[in-house]
Amino acid sequence: MADTPAVPADEEREPAGFAFEDRPRPLEGIRAYGLIMAMWVRSTLAYRASFAMTLFGNLAVTAFDFVAILLMFTHVDALGGYSLPEIALLYGLSATAFGVCDLLLGSMDRVGGRIRDGTLDTLLVRPVPVLAQVAADRFALRRLGRITQGLLVIGYALVTLDIGWTPLKMLMLPMTVLSGAAIFGAVFIAGAAFQFVAQDASEVQNSFTYGGTTLLQYPPTVFAKDLVRGVTFVVPLAFASWLPALYVLGREYPVDLPQWVAFLPPLVAAGCCGLAGLAWRAGLRSYRSTGS
Amino acid sequence: MRLYAVVAAGGFRRYATYRTATAAGVFTNTVFGFIMAYTYIALWDVRPQLGGYDTSQALTYVWLGQALLMTSALMGGGFESELVERIRTGDIAVDLYRPADLQLWWLAADLGRAAFHLLGRGVAPMCLGALVFDLALPGSFWTWPAFLLSVFLGVVVSFAIRYLVAMSAFWLLDGAGAMQMAMLAGLFFSGMLLPLNLFPGLLGEVARALPWSSLLQVPVDVFLGKHTGWGLVEAYVFQAGWALALLGVGRLLQTVATRRVVVQGG
Repeated sequence: MADTPAVPADEEREPAGFAFEDRPRPLEGIRAYGLIMAMWVRSTLAYRASFAMTLFGNLAVTAFDFVAILLMFTHVDALGGYSLPEIALLYGLSATAFGVCDLLLGSMDRVGGRIRDGTLDTLLVRPVPVLAQVAADRFALRRLGRITQGLLVIGYALVTLDIGWTPLKMLMLPMTVLSGAAIFGAVFIAGAAFQFVAQDASEVQNSFTYGGTTLLQYPPTVFAKDLVRGVTFVVPLAFASWLPALYVLGREYPVDLPQWVAFLPPLVAAGCCGLAGLAWRAGLRSYRSTGS
Repeated sequence: MRLYAVVAAGGFRRYATYRTATAAGVFTNTVFGFIMAYTYIALWDVRPQLGGYDTSQALTYVWLGQALLMTSALMGGGFESELVERIRTGDIAVDLYRPADLQLWWLAADLGRAAFHLLGRGVAPMCLGALVFDLALPGSFWTWPAFLLSVFLGVVVSFAIRYLVAMSAFWLLDGAGAMQMAMLAGLFFSGMLLPLNLFPGLLGEVARALPWSSLLQVPVDVFLGKHTGWGLVEAYVFQAGWALALLGVGRLLQTVATRRVVVQGG
């Protein structure tokens, strides 16, 4: 396949981009992602003891966030006016959504390192979309731990909560996880694009990814209003769990918004992904190799 | 001695080189500081005087935690992945031939790193936190040097733990699992998630007796003036005791490893 003559990249395409065979580009990217992912999974499983430990570790490290909340609740009955099962739902949705995104795109913070040491060039000459290569780079199966833990906490919340279920509310849960994952994904991709500008600043995106998921694990009443406004209107992380989850719980959002806003996450996610895609393209086009 | 001073200075300069990364790190520490500060305020709103802290002391705990996160390498990092890699590739054979002690060499480098992280990653978030929140800063000047000594001992304990982790690579080859276990223990038992005096019953007592409490809980309590007089001496003895014990075990493992384990490579 790789022997198919290369179509020279014209100005309309990304530097590395040329399609081979007749597949559309997005499909080609997904297929490449799958291949690279499978390679990393095989390589991870070569060290089984280490894999088991890191999988457990990944589960435990997020579980600790919840253990901290449990420890808090040994001293109090409510935090910010929310009971433990209610916080568990917020926590579980946030952790699961982030976990899905972390599994699929968690290696995006390595772009800066690749730009610095020049290995990004290798990705550019391969006949596969760069984004797919970067996203699948060092695919870490251990990140299933975070998703598992998040789902367990959602399970606990659903068992203990007394919610008047409607079909709409039930649909909200998978919708929240999927659009939440997409919103976090957009943050990851935008963060990777930012690394084209500031290579060593990859840690800034941790503020919005890991910081974001930590923030969403607590009820919005805990935080200052300005902070809540910031994550609603500037970096719309609130749509990744707070707004839909509060609809399910039948709670008021501290910032005055109409109720239909709770149904917007898929649209917000699509918008964010579109913007992140544009940012990524702009970043990749501005890329100048380290030279030599 | 001079050699190790040079190595320590090198460790400092190495981390000081990446200014953008430092600024990015400060930004992240500050964001996490804000998130945690608000959750602590909510908690102390319901239960003032929880764990013997008032709200401003609890907030000081949060910001000191952010300041010491990198300094005391609460979640690991610093040198052990590098040392593990040298063990895995067999480069360690070259290190063992050098006319310098392996453990002291890495300790010196890590102390240099910690000094930079205290200045570069610790001071700025702490100042930003103090601007926005009402923090309990020490009343007496002497609390500052007492705190710095406690931080120093905490860094040595942290190093000794991470050195043990690195040594495990002689047997396991891939250090990722051991490093992750150490990271978890550090995160949980240092008091980074929640002050250890909020841990209930037996769990709390065990957590306060383990070496990781030297990394954050003890220095913060020194800063907040919870240890004075003989109490302060006891706190130092606790930290120094763990430091010596763990360094000793590390030395023992190193001896066993270099005698018994066949170095990788051809």
